[in-house]
Amino acid sequence: MINTFKPLKIIAIAFWSAFVVAPFLWALTTSFKTANGVTGGATYIPWVDYEPSLAAWQGLFDSGAGSIDVVGPLANSMIVTLSASAISLALGTLAAYGLSRFRYKAGPITNTDLTFFFISQRIMPPVVLAIPFFLMLGYFGLLDTIFGLVIVYVALLLPIAVWVMVDFFNNIPRELDETAMIDGCTPLEVFWRVILPNSLPGLVVAGIFCVVFGWNDFFFAFTLTFTNTQLLPVAIVSLNSSVTPWWSLSASALISVSPLIIVAFLVERYLEKGNISVASK
Amino acid sequence: MQGLTRYKLLFLLPGLLILLGIILFPLIFTIRVSFSGWDAIRPGLDWIGGTNYGRLFVDGRFWQSLSRLGAIALTSVMFEYLFGFGLALLVWHQVRFRRITRVLFLIPMMTTPVVMAVIWRTIFHESLGPANDIAGMLGLGTIPWLTHSVWATVVVILVDVWQWTPFMFLLLLAGLLSLPKEPFLAAAIDGAGPIRTFFNVTFPAMAPISVGALIIRLIEASKIMETVYVITSGGPGTSTETSSYYIFIRGLRDFQIGYAAALSVTYLVIMIVLLTIIAKILTNTLVKSGV
Repeated sequence: MINTFKPLKIIAIAFWSAFVVAPFLWALTTSFKTANGVTGGATYIPWVDYEPSLAAWQGLFDSGAGSIDVVGPLANSMIVTLSASAISLALGTLAAYGLSRFRYKAGPITNTDLTFFFISQRIMPPVVLAIPFFLMLGYFGLLDTIFGLVIVYVALLLPIAVWVMVDFFNNIPRELDETAMIDGCTPLEVFWRVILPNSLPGLVVAGIFCVVFGWNDFFFAFTLTFTNTQLLPVAIVSLNSSVTPWWSLSASALISVSPLIIVAFLVERYLEKGNISVASK
Repeated sequence: MQGLTRYKLLFLLPGLLILLGIILFPLIFTIRVSFSGWDAIRPGLDWIGGTNYGRLFVDGRFWQSLSRLGAIALTSVMFEYLFGFGLALLVWHQVRFRRITRVLFLIPMMTTPVVMAVIWRTIFHESLGPANDIAGMLGLGTIPWLTHSVWATVVVILVDVWQWTPFMFLLLLAGLLSLPKEPFLAAAIDGAGPIRTFFNVTFPAMAPISVGALIIRLIEASKIMETVYVITSGGPGTSTETSSYYIFIRGLRDFQIGYAAALSVTYLVIMIVLLTIIAKILTNTLVKSGV
């Protein structure tokens, strides 16, 4: 607003942008190095500081020594994230619609308590659940399987879907439901034909949050799988040892985070439209 | 009416039952296990009463991990709030390069924390990383980033701030964008400068959303462990070990399942109590005094 502030503003924005971008640039330049480019100390500019090589990127597709085959873990990560997100979104949307439109009462438990129960699951530290999950999945023979991970991730993502969607449905006027009811629709038809088609922005925001949290989880994948069902973050972290191949690490890290950078663009669009609201209580 | 009940349950029950099944059963199981001596040598649900709880009461490493967690979480979240709010204000009325700056500011929270932590670890490598290269150019010498307890804590906080300031930025910018225009016009007509406008109009209006954002971040920060595992493995010594990480070591490394369960239950109860108190304090000071 005031002109004297402008240079300061630009400096602040530039400074933070550099901080945000720095690790990505470092990973990018490291991914083109070989052992020679790393062990001599920090180097930055290809051809000037070190001789670039594509070895790390080629190594991503065959599992030689000191590199990982990212194709399998990448596919596992996608399957687990997308199926868990889809299930959570479906169940969460149904539950959120119920909580937004109907009154539930079971003894002293009412809608607010039920909504709080869903959302409060985010407080649970993963480590508290890890041991029972480990024993439970072991009991059912689901350790180290995609199916087992999907079940666990649904528990993680369902609260997020409910949280976003309850808020969203509360902002859709009830008259919409009532008009459809008068036209003779059953509640399920109202939900399916009238409410859902009008909920796309909410569904996208909830979906984004589910995918981001699912894709970024490491702890459960790390404790509940071993070698058969390796997810991408686990595969990358397993490279992180005393003699770390920094180049493979950087290349695979970039592969792992790149899908989510696209998601950031989506989020910004919905932010602009005012669809990211918070149920701050 | 009978029909409506059926529909009501049809909407709610699938999700509720699944969540109850996946979360509540493990929780009850954990409470039961915490009264057993289950470990690698004698796995099984025997009953040893409160022995595990007696042991954790005098387990200094656990209480240290809790206070350390408190220090790390509060410091990180405070910086994230300050920076997030600052950045949101900076781009609020920005016209040029608006989309690209916003996207850029959002990116870190989308990226996988452990994967970025692995990259950060190479950055802070004592002899080969760019952090010390730059420190050397500035004449600061070689900083023992990961091998000195204070510096290691600084790195853990810095990485958390990098990762999660965007989250604050997102919520606060969404809040700023949804503010009504009239109070700002009124302030402008009254001739209030930007600083007075901020403290008298913007900040009070943003108080509820600030409280919400702070609480969500504190909840998430109270669970911090993955980045610690990757960057420092709790070290040097146990100087960056957080509660979650300590429970993880006891439970899934030493397989002292019973003791880890007792730690988990205690940790969960303490976290719920503390976070409730903090939420109350924040709501009272920020929201009420602001009006």
